[in-house]
Amino acid sequence: MEKSDYLNLYHQMVVIRRLEERAAELYQQGKIGGFLHLYIGQEAVSTGLISARRPEDRVITAYRDHGVAINCGLSAKEVVAELLGKATGCSQGMGGSMHMADVKKNYWGGHAIVGAHLPIAAGLALGDLYQNQKAVTLCMFGDGATNIGYFHEALNLSKVWNLPILWVCENNQYGMGTSVERASAVSEIRQKADGFGMKNYQVDGMDVLKVREMADKLFQEIRAGSGPQFLEVDTYRFRGHSMGDPERYRSSDEVHRWQENDPIGIFHKKLVEMKAAGDAELNHQADLAEQEIIEAVVFAEASPEPTVDVVFSNVYVEN
Amino acid sequence: MARITMREAISQALWEEMERDPKVFIMGEEVGLWGGTYAVTKGFYDHFGADRVRDTPIAEAAIIGGAIGAALTGLRPVAELMTINFAFSAFDHIVNQAAKMHMMFGGQMVLPLVIRAVGGGGRQLGATHSQTPDAIFAHFPGLKVVAPGTPADAKGLLKAAIRSQDPLLFIEHATLYQTRGEVPEGDYIVPIGKSTVARPGKDVTIVTYSKMLEISLKAAETLAKEGIEAEIVDLRSLRPLDMDPVIESFKKTNRAVVVEEGWKSFGIGSEIAARIYEEAFDYVDAPVKRVAQTEVPLPYNHTLEQMMLPKVEDVISAVKEVL
Repeated sequence: MEKSDYLNLYHQMVVIRRLEERAAELYQQGKIGGFLHLYIGQEAVSTGLISARRPEDRVITAYRDHGVAINCGLSAKEVVAELLGKATGCSQGMGGSMHMADVKKNYWGGHAIVGAHLPIAAGLALGDLYQNQKAVTLCMFGDGATNIGYFHEALNLSKVWNLPILWVCENNQYGMGTSVERASAVSEIRQKADGFGMKNYQVDGMDVLKVREMADKLFQEIRAGSGPQFLEVDTYRFRGHSMGDPERYRSSDEVHRWQENDPIGIFHKKLVEMKAAGDAELNHQADLAEQEIIEAVVFAEASPEPTVDVVFSNVYVEN
Repeated sequence: MARITMREAISQALWEEMERDPKVFIMGEEVGLWGGTYAVTKGFYDHFGADRVRDTPIAEAAIIGGAIGAALTGLRPVAELMTINFAFSAFDHIVNQAAKMHMMFGGQMVLPLVIRAVGGGGRQLGATHSQTPDAIFAHFPGLKVVAPGTPADAKGLLKAAIRSQDPLLFIEHATLYQTRGEVPEGDYIVPIGKSTVARPGKDVTIVTYSKMLEISLKAAETLAKEGIEAEIVDLRSLRPLDMDPVIESFKKTNRAVVVEEGWKSFGIGSEIAARIYEEAFDYVDAPVKRVAQTEVPLPYNHTLEQMMLPKVEDVISAVKEVL
């Protein structure tokens, strides 16, 4: 990795953090409607994974999708604009927080029904296999999604058809307010992949470089024809499940313990220790990220509302 | 024109579209080695190979979800649900994923997806395997729903569906597979969302589709012997729903009977009747009658099952009530 690569990863993580902090404020001001699920605490997961993909590799995720959008190369402007429901949003204001996508950047959403995007991910990978494309589909989902039937149907199909897909469970310890131990028959999620004869791994999701290294290895193997593989990433969301979560299901001690493990702080410290970057350079990246979000909010607030014709013209392709 | 069965017409449409476009492929339970549980894809596996005629596990969400994903990559999957009763296991993917994605992501996702599903009662399969839930699926904007009643329409509509850019549910009726009819050879296309007059008449309008077209035509023959000329409008597509031929016919006859195989409550007949009242109230000479399945889960016993399904006599007496 070059120095610019490290700085780029750091920059992306801080952009996500600032974006989510600002989104929380905009939500409290009533400018964002519906549900809002923040990625704060989990930035290293998506940043590490997606930094290892090639442009032809497809990415699909669940509803905690703003950070994934940033990592896929969407601008903070179009992400914030989508949160505000504006015409300039990545989904033209039709999808909102949970339904962001940009298929030109191979980012296939943003899906809000738990687990339902897993069979769709298998289909994306099937499309590449059928058309002899050397591409991998990266499918991310939460620990909660591993308890629903779609997960099992999709993993089974992917193995039966040897699909080029990397299944990644972001284990943030809770499906809404229910801990993994209370919802899943096995607390080590990766064991579920054993049931499908699928190679599986676990990695520390608070360390972006470890995530990236693991993802890089798995992308290469899958691209070479290994078939589907499974990765469990241990992580933690520092905020509630969504806005307005009373968080009765976990102690503040627990939250503080994880917050001491802040993925951005860890990465900052590591880069300085590795002498890959100095404090000043990293602080500069953080300032740039902050500025980017300020500009994104200005852009989004000044953007026009979508017109009603966008609604009617997009129900079908052929009306 | 050749006189072939509905099964042959559907098979022909699939075969020709697969020959025409390598992006078209089939996936579903027993579509390959077995040749299709209703033999629609018999011979396909040997000719097109395992990559294009893909046998799936018994996992309907994976079948439809997988087909959605493949369609997003530009392929044209024809996903087969062995029966429409199994569509409930993939309900989320049909109505909450496929029907939403184009709109919800601002038009950037395109899903040229066809779901073939066999429905209908009358074969002593018991309550879980005998339903006609067409109206449920027609409820959702974003999904197209067609249900042909003749072999020619089956071929023409299926070819149109495979070439369409939108997700579409293609409902076949299990007891129509042996029905014969004239079917144009080669590239024959029937546009989606167009109703048609299946039988001209002047005294009463019968609105129907799929299997009930056959029942309605038989009823019309009997009525003709009594001097009553029924005009039959075959809807063919349930969404988009083309009311023009219905309203035009109704303005002439001022009386209508809607015949469907599904249950009456919240059904196709309810929708058609409401639209007639909304669009042609001044032409109404009698209340619109609905002929439909008795509102019970269908029994296994042959006599009782037949008793619950709409029959020719039911159509005849409904027509006489509105005259």
